[in-house]
Amino acid sequence: MAAHTSQSVAKAAGDDVENDVAARGRSRRTDSRNPGGLRRALATHWYAWAMITPVVLVLGVIIGWPLVRGIYLSLTDANERNVSRTIGVRHIEATYEFVGLDNYVDVISDPVFLQRLVWTVVWTVACVSITFTLGLVLANMLNRDFKGRAAYRMALILPWAVPGFVSVFAWRFLFNRDNGILNKILDGGGIAAIPWLDDPTWAKFSVIAVNVWLGVPFMMVALLGGLQSIPGELYEAAEMDGATPWQRFRHITLPGLRAVSMTVILLSTIWTFNMFPVIFLLTRGGPGDSTEILVTQAFREAFITSPRDFAVSATWGVLILLLLMIFALVYRRSLRKQGEVW
Amino acid sequence: MRRGIAATALVAALALAATACGGDDKDAAGGTKAGGELSGTVTWWDTSNDAEKASFQKIAEAFTAKHPKVTVKYVNVPYGDAQNKVKNAFSSGSDAPDVIRADVGWVADFASLGYLDEVPAETAKKVDAEFLPQAAASGKYEGKTYAVPQVIDTLGLFYNKKMLADAGVQPPKTLEELKTAAAAIKAKSGKAGLYLRGDDSYWFLPLIYGEGGDLVDAKTKTVTVDNEAGVKAFKTARDLVTSGAAVTNATDGWTNMQTAFKSGEAAMMINGPWAVADTYAGDQFKDKANLGVAAVPAGSAKAGAPQGGHDLGVYAGSKNRDAAHAFVEYMTSQEVQVQSAKELSLLPTRTAAYEQPDVKGSEMVQFFKPAVDKAVERAWIPENGSLFEPLKVEYTKAITGASSPEDAAKAAGIEFRKILKGWK
Repeated sequence: MAAHTSQSVAKAAGDDVENDVAARGRSRRTDSRNPGGLRRALATHWYAWAMITPVVLVLGVIIGWPLVRGIYLSLTDANERNVSRTIGVRHIEATYEFVGLDNYVDVISDPVFLQRLVWTVVWTVACVSITFTLGLVLANMLNRDFKGRAAYRMALILPWAVPGFVSVFAWRFLFNRDNGILNKILDGGGIAAIPWLDDPTWAKFSVIAVNVWLGVPFMMVALLGGLQSIPGELYEAAEMDGATPWQRFRHITLPGLRAVSMTVILLSTIWTFNMFPVIFLLTRGGPGDSTEILVTQAFREAFITSPRDFAVSATWGVLILLLLMIFALVYRRSLRKQGEVW
Repeated sequence: MRRGIAATALVAALALAATACGGDDKDAAGGTKAGGELSGTVTWWDTSNDAEKASFQKIAEAFTAKHPKVTVKYVNVPYGDAQNKVKNAFSSGSDAPDVIRADVGWVADFASLGYLDEVPAETAKKVDAEFLPQAAASGKYEGKTYAVPQVIDTLGLFYNKKMLADAGVQPPKTLEELKTAAAAIKAKSGKAGLYLRGDDSYWFLPLIYGEGGDLVDAKTKTVTVDNEAGVKAFKTARDLVTSGAAVTNATDGWTNMQTAFKSGEAAMMINGPWAVADTYAGDQFKDKANLGVAAVPAGSAKAGAPQGGHDLGVYAGSKNRDAAHAFVEYMTSQEVQVQSAKELSLLPTRTAAYEQPDVKGSEMVQFFKPAVDKAVERAWIPENGSLFEPLKVEYTKAITGASSPEDAAKAAGIEFRKILKGWK
């Protein structure tokens, strides 16, 4: 990409020079007399290419290169002991080797992979569906005219305004079994303390609750925008025809929100699938490994267990990418079938 | 041609300058010794806890009094994140500390990766001659000394004397006695007998030693966590919780344990000397005499606690190695060790320090010293520190009932063999 672009710029500049030369009657051009489609496109749009070059370069450096390197590492046996490293003035060369698909076979045949995958899917589906439903309800409520609407909106956006890790740590304090506020309140009501983060099932419940809390504002805002773009006349007409509120919701609101919902569900699914901070900061994947999702497992391989296994971690990363790509393809296809243009 | 001559002359001049500089100094690049005097900045990453860090910062910065041209940059890195942070810093080389306080379990790992600078020969000789042998062993890897022991510790049973007296029980010597004592305490005060930390597998070690087991046997290269004694240890852990003798947490264990013990919500806990300073700050221990320490309760085989502690190591890539080694020597000197024993009840690693009145006068030190002498020395292999993470997962699962003791032991064995490639 980058090479193309710079070439086009150079060529565009070269053309000018050549034109000048041609004007002086010493033309040696043979190839550009009948420019091809690509060439013509480059010549016409060279300015646009030049403008996007920095972006393409930056994306290439910060996304493309690590991606390629990650895929390469997943095919090797790289770990902390055999990668190249520089210690002061001493440089140690890399000694890892290419092992083909061995890592993939190992990871997939390990029962841990299936356990993580199942929980990751449960976690994603639960989070997205609850967040979406709550967001929809709240958006509908806030779409009416009532006193103090702005204040409510502000309050509901708040979780989004607070940095994620701050919220998660705050929740961690609330969830603390012995000294947390939640259990103090329950205790006041005569209910025995709940082991929020100490029992596998409750821990799963807790991480989902926190993620929903963090995710609702985004859903709400997006859906509120969608709601406001539905013409009010539709509702008036339906009301005249005697449609019940539920019918109006089903036949006007939902179809009207379709484009927005499809987008936010796709985004939210991808985000939740890879929601590292909530899980890592709240439970560190625990108790035991019961709330570990695929990304936290990849992190564990590379940074927690020692010697750090970079190859296996990269393998997990590539598998996550593949799963998400498959999901996006299936999702897009099903939308096409329903007549959405994507 | 001219240019060639000029370049050669320049190189020659530089070489001369370099050798001139290096004539009396060992390390010209670092430029730490200008006329024999140390200079530069030594960055020290300390992993001591909140109650200890102020004291260590003060001690570290006092190094400047001895070497006015050296600036000590004190950085406190929370222990839990330290191993990871240190590795990141060491492997990237940027912003790496010059000196780190490493858990004894990390030294072999860091040394095997080439991160630690070997201790100068004279210091290494002193370590062998003047330090407790088991402490000195922790700083070695393949026969070479890479770190100097700063403190040594082991686990003991901390108890609230008043709560035990109120319930009419003696400090328990075995887990069976502990269960009886816990029942009496609960009947008397409604509080828990023991707080057993459930989110850190280090606290599992006394249980497995108590059953006569160990995590691994380095001599025969065998993983032993999943043998009969190992399974029994997981059973014991689960049993302590289900029988109501102990309370536990799977998250925030350190804070919860200290809070519970300091406020009298739990009458006993298993902990090390590093917890003493913080414990004294609690309501229940305004009168320091209320804190008692006993040996960890024995399992069915014996009573055993792991040898722990912290060593100081110098980063192999440090630009200031001379000053860094001098700093390590200072921090492990007898004077400093006596001071931290007095202020924080931490155990010195120098044999002679135990003769000092301040150390002799510390009740905690007097208790822990014999315990340290008997403590179970761990296998000082590079993977030592790595075993705790997978073990933690299984220990927490077993203690919270998410997995049976048999499954937990088996799973820990599988994970251990993944880390220790080629072991039985």
